[in-house]
Amino acid sequence: MMAVRLKELPRRRYGQPGNAACPGCPETMGLRYLKMALGDDAVLVVPASCISVIQGIYPRSGINFPILNTVFAAAASTAAGMSAGFRLRGMDNVKVVVYAGDGGTADIGLQAISGAAERNDDILYICVDNEAYMNTGIQRSSATPYGAWTTTTVTGKTEQKKNVPLILISHGVPYVATASVGYPLDFIEKVRKASQIKGFKYIHLLAPCPIGWRFDPSLTAKMAQLAVKTGFFPLYEYYKGKLTISPPSRPFRDPKRRTPLIEYLKLQGRYRHILNDPNALKRIEEYIDEQWRWLNLLESTNGH
Amino acid sequence: MAVKVLTGNHAVAEAVRLSRVKVVSAYPITPQTTIVEKLSEYIEKRVMDAEMIRVESEHSALAAAMGAAAAGVRAFTATSSHGLLYMHEVVWWVAGARIPLVMAVVTRAIGPPWNIHVDHQDIMDQRDTGWIIAMAEDNQEVLDLVIQAFRISEDPRVYLPVMVGLDGFILSHTSAPVDVPDDTEVDSWLPPRRQPYVISPETGLVMGNIAPDEEYFLMRYSMHKAMEKARDVIKKVDIDYGETFGRSYGGLIECFMCNDADYFILLTGSWAGEAKIAAKKAREIGYRIGVARIRFIRPWPREELLELSSRAKGVLVFDRSISFGSTGQLFSDTASTLGIGSTSMIGVIAGLGGVDVTAEDFLSVSLKFIERVEEEGRVYEPVYWHLPERVRDKIVKPVMPLSRGDS
Amino acid sequence: MADYPTSLPIEEPRTLFKAPLSMPSPGASGVTGFWRTMKPVINEDKCIKCILCWLYCPEDTIIRRDDDSVYVDYEYCKGCGICADVCPVNAIEMVREVV
Repeated sequence: MMAVRLKELPRRRYGQPGNAACPGCPETMGLRYLKMALGDDAVLVVPASCISVIQGIYPRSGINFPILNTVFAAAASTAAGMSAGFRLRGMDNVKVVVYAGDGGTADIGLQAISGAAERNDDILYICVDNEAYMNTGIQRSSATPYGAWTTTTVTGKTEQKKNVPLILISHGVPYVATASVGYPLDFIEKVRKASQIKGFKYIHLLAPCPIGWRFDPSLTAKMAQLAVKTGFFPLYEYYKGKLTISPPSRPFRDPKRRTPLIEYLKLQGRYRHILNDPNALKRIEEYIDEQWRWLNLLESTNGH
Repeated sequence: MAVKVLTGNHAVAEAVRLSRVKVVSAYPITPQTTIVEKLSEYIEKRVMDAEMIRVESEHSALAAAMGAAAAGVRAFTATSSHGLLYMHEVVWWVAGARIPLVMAVVTRAIGPPWNIHVDHQDIMDQRDTGWIIAMAEDNQEVLDLVIQAFRISEDPRVYLPVMVGLDGFILSHTSAPVDVPDDTEVDSWLPPRRQPYVISPETGLVMGNIAPDEEYFLMRYSMHKAMEKARDVIKKVDIDYGETFGRSYGGLIECFMCNDADYFILLTGSWAGEAKIAAKKAREIGYRIGVARIRFIRPWPREELLELSSRAKGVLVFDRSISFGSTGQLFSDTASTLGIGSTSMIGVIAGLGGVDVTAEDFLSVSLKFIERVEEEGRVYEPVYWHLPERVRDKIVKPVMPLSRGDS
Repeated sequence: MADYPTSLPIEEPRTLFKAPLSMPSPGASGVTGFWRTMKPVINEDKCIKCILCWLYCPEDTIIRRDDDSVYVDYEYCKGCGICADVCPVNAIEMVREVV
């Protein structure tokens, strides 16, 4: 697969201005990259999420994709049916893409996504992970990281973030990747690659939310990059049973080259209460080590 | 046309095959299971040119069927009892989306305690969702209704999903001769798939984003209007079907010995068979009882019931379900149609959890009611629990103390 | 794009058919430029045409010219400031909106 070059992306409008997203929204960033990757052949399936709101109000929609909105817990299965429908009509060019939040993926939608993954339904599932229930007003999800303030974890979440990509790797699906809105070309490349593969594809897209994470909206891209540079959110792909660390994350495999974690945390109001708590910081460091231990382990099985 | 001996569930599967369904997505639950099994077999053996999505839950079963239907193909699912309750959210979503779809519901009790036998609590729980809800009396009607359901659902005046109910075990697992039409006959009777919209890159449409309150209100109005229109469509489809296949059932209700009846038994589902035997026996001893079997719970057969009741002394509504603290569901709809006026009415709750209700039960309850009406002039009893002897026997058995600590 | 399908024509006899169907359209949630408190101002002399601002803009309100110089669609720009933050040469300044 050819690397995506920024200057070669045709000059057209990929997003759709005048939507209901908050300023600095990572989810609309993701939608633009999705359009850059897939053009106009995609249909989105959207469960209850910020994306339901960003579309704005009937009879217009603020997102320039055809969308089937569906119930919270059934995005993957709705998409599975849709994909079968297009296939039976001979419309194989149409890509059915789920664009769901972390709540709709890691929590209430986990059963449906596991079902679709196990059946290897021909869909691309993108989890846009802003690490909490942002649409309902910042409540913790299982994808909220340890220590983070939310309105239901006012003294900080006491559990670590659930690792959904690993859960999907264990389903034996053909393609699993992580991506960050801070590295659009990497994400676009992954979407393009995934869309060429038949079967169940999963991309976990980190989407820092200025409102929920308590940072200035101008910092969305920077935050998404810092998550990678600190090693907190490693970018990788798992394809045909082989794990590869993606180029943006490669330098940060070496802990010494990583940006100090505190640089990432101190910009986010949600971590304010733990910045001076060495034990809490240690637990986040442990989480990072744990991520990389898993990746190294998986990588060590490549080719076996 | 060929006569085959089929269970109710296999009659469903035959009808789905004949209707050229393209996507079946389903999750097994007793007593629906053999529908899924048969359709899986048809699809694997290429008897049917369709895809089977073996989903991980009923919630996903209906969601996947909706996805397929929104992409432009005929889709089907089937469930029962807890499965139906589990997918309840999606039941609403499909109707609100106005996506034509057909689902078979094998009616069964709801737990706890676990009970896999017939009653109508599960399907009655769906009355308000905007689905057209049909109930069959026998396996032949099961097959006929499923084929008709696609035509009704895909009629542009309707564009609402349709549930076809069949009683658990009584129909689902009992074999009976069924006239199965030829493929070509059904092909020419059932038009190709029609639907109000497709979600695809070609149309660019978005289904279901936020609507202003006023627009939402009008969408609900539109659903209700479609439901009202569906009455005519259902009747027309019933007649058309009869002209082609030789079987018409009477539209929204089927009447048995109604013409000169003084009293009506009103019910839905397979136990109408026993009620009809009771009606015949009543004639032998001089009472004119008719049986009005409700074939469509939604849209509600309002006109038909008004017409019947205008010349009735009394109506016995038999519900195989109850809205706790109110009445049986058919009774409340009947009472709202007839009004609490001159006609005597009784709402009988019977046969819950699969307890047998025989012709003798129907006859004894009816005769007691008639006796009271003749004596008292007018009877209005919204809830009458018909507890046959084998149920009453259990009342006297010792029960567990509520709490050991109290004694 | 076609007209908004507020009511679709269907076969006779007509009923009000009103399904929850929408069409994508720019400005679906209004002229979002009004949300802005700070506005990005591009210094064309400093701009090196790297188009990172174009890439990261969540709203698609940075527009690329043929030579890859850029300008802002102020009608819809929400003023988040991501463009200014990602600009490697500080060619974009966030300026307070004057009402």
